[in-house]
Amino acid sequence: MNSNDGGAELRLVVPGDQIDAPPGTQPGSGVCKRGDSLVATKLGELKIGGDVAHVVPTFTKYLPRSGDLVIGYVEAVMNNLWFLDVGGPFNALLPMSLAPWKVEFGAAREHMGYGDAVLARVMEVDETHSVVATMKGVGLRKIKEGVIFEMPPHLMGLVIGSKGRTLQRLKAASDCRIINTQNGRILIDGNSKGIAIARKALQMIEETGHAPGLHSRLNSILGDDE
Amino acid sequence: MMGGYGDIKLLNDDGTRLDGRAVDEMRSVEIKAGVLPVADGSAWVKHGLNVAVAAVYGPMEAHPRKIQRQDRAVIDVRYNMAPFSTSDRIRPGFNRRSREISKVTAEALESVVLVERYPRSKIRVEIEILAAEAGTRCVGITAASVALADAGIPMRDMIVGVASGKIEGVVVLDLDKAEDNYGQADLPMGILPNTGEMAFLQMDGDLSIEEYNLACEYNYKAASEIHELMKQALLDSASRGDA
Repeated sequence: MNSNDGGAELRLVVPGDQIDAPPGTQPGSGVCKRGDSLVATKLGELKIGGDVAHVVPTFTKYLPRSGDLVIGYVEAVMNNLWFLDVGGPFNALLPMSLAPWKVEFGAAREHMGYGDAVLARVMEVDETHSVVATMKGVGLRKIKEGVIFEMPPHLMGLVIGSKGRTLQRLKAASDCRIINTQNGRILIDGNSKGIAIARKALQMIEETGHAPGLHSRLNSILGDDE
Repeated sequence: MMGGYGDIKLLNDDGTRLDGRAVDEMRSVEIKAGVLPVADGSAWVKHGLNVAVAAVYGPMEAHPRKIQRQDRAVIDVRYNMAPFSTSDRIRPGFNRRSREISKVTAEALESVVLVERYPRSKIRVEIEILAAEAGTRCVGITAASVALADAGIPMRDMIVGVASGKIEGVVVLDLDKAEDNYGQADLPMGILPNTGEMAFLQMDGDLSIEEYNLACEYNYKAASEIHELMKQALLDSASRGDA
């Protein structure tokens, strides 16, 4: 499966495949060095752009990175902190000092309980993948209304689209507020008709997003692009 | 049962085996990736009459916490034979044999998975043997390897499970049930096809150095054939995602 994308070479590779790249090419994500040669470590599309070779995986789990906007669910409440499920290997820690409210010690449960959804930002990820999240920041809050759609994180690029056009179309056609986060959870807030349209479009992207003709399929759901 | 039964003939007069295969011929192999929608990665492997399904979940938080490693992920393998996988019903649940195979499979997989990328976490690999006809540990390793790749777990190479053995003094590739039960030796291996490294080796019975070398040669040849099928299964699965 070879195709071209703006001069970058595209090819499907599996772990262990040797990558034919010009000398001096550096290993990017999904690629490692074996002796002098480069080797794919993930199943996905190989992209060689500039002097870096990387593999865009066909499937990957969310790995938190500092600065990521995420939607998390409260998994556990302690006296002075919450544990958030952000879809990664580990729960993120949200200390009461980083909550948007003045929280007394022992009163964390009064503000958020098990199952509550929050819009937060990953503040810190250490080398053992411990994650600290914060709710201090513009727009970060406890989610009280709307629908959360779960999308595999590696497909978020398709939801956003080139220069954000797909997301803009989705917002315009559904007349909903749509907040996409790096951990693949998308908050859709609006009237029920708009939410249904947005969900239908997102479901289509999830199932057949990689196939050619995404634009025309989106047109059939969202109406023609102006 | 290794050691041979003098009165059981495992080779025909023309040198072929009871099922008509040549000594260096493998049973037919079929592989599919991405067969279980709920798992992060999965694979189905049919090798001769063996059928194995592998599912991979994770990386996830390792529980109980005492199994966590601060510098790497642990691979938690559970190999299990279904009660209906053989003609004699197998009592469900873990037994000594499944514990041993789970352990050696986990160690083999740890040598290819980049476990240092996921400190403190766990990658859960479930291998279920639906039908067994000798060589299930090798089929399980092959299935687990494809399922790991399908789950997007970074690996420095795939790993292929293959076995050779000895029947009536002749080294043969890929033992079937009768050959496994009444043959003289069995040599299952986990081979990294791109680097040629060996991640797993067990030997049951006796082989001379020459016989061992020949068995290795057969195993490496079979591994490269199976590797092509593994790659094709993964590429088909990735393309299905595109379709």
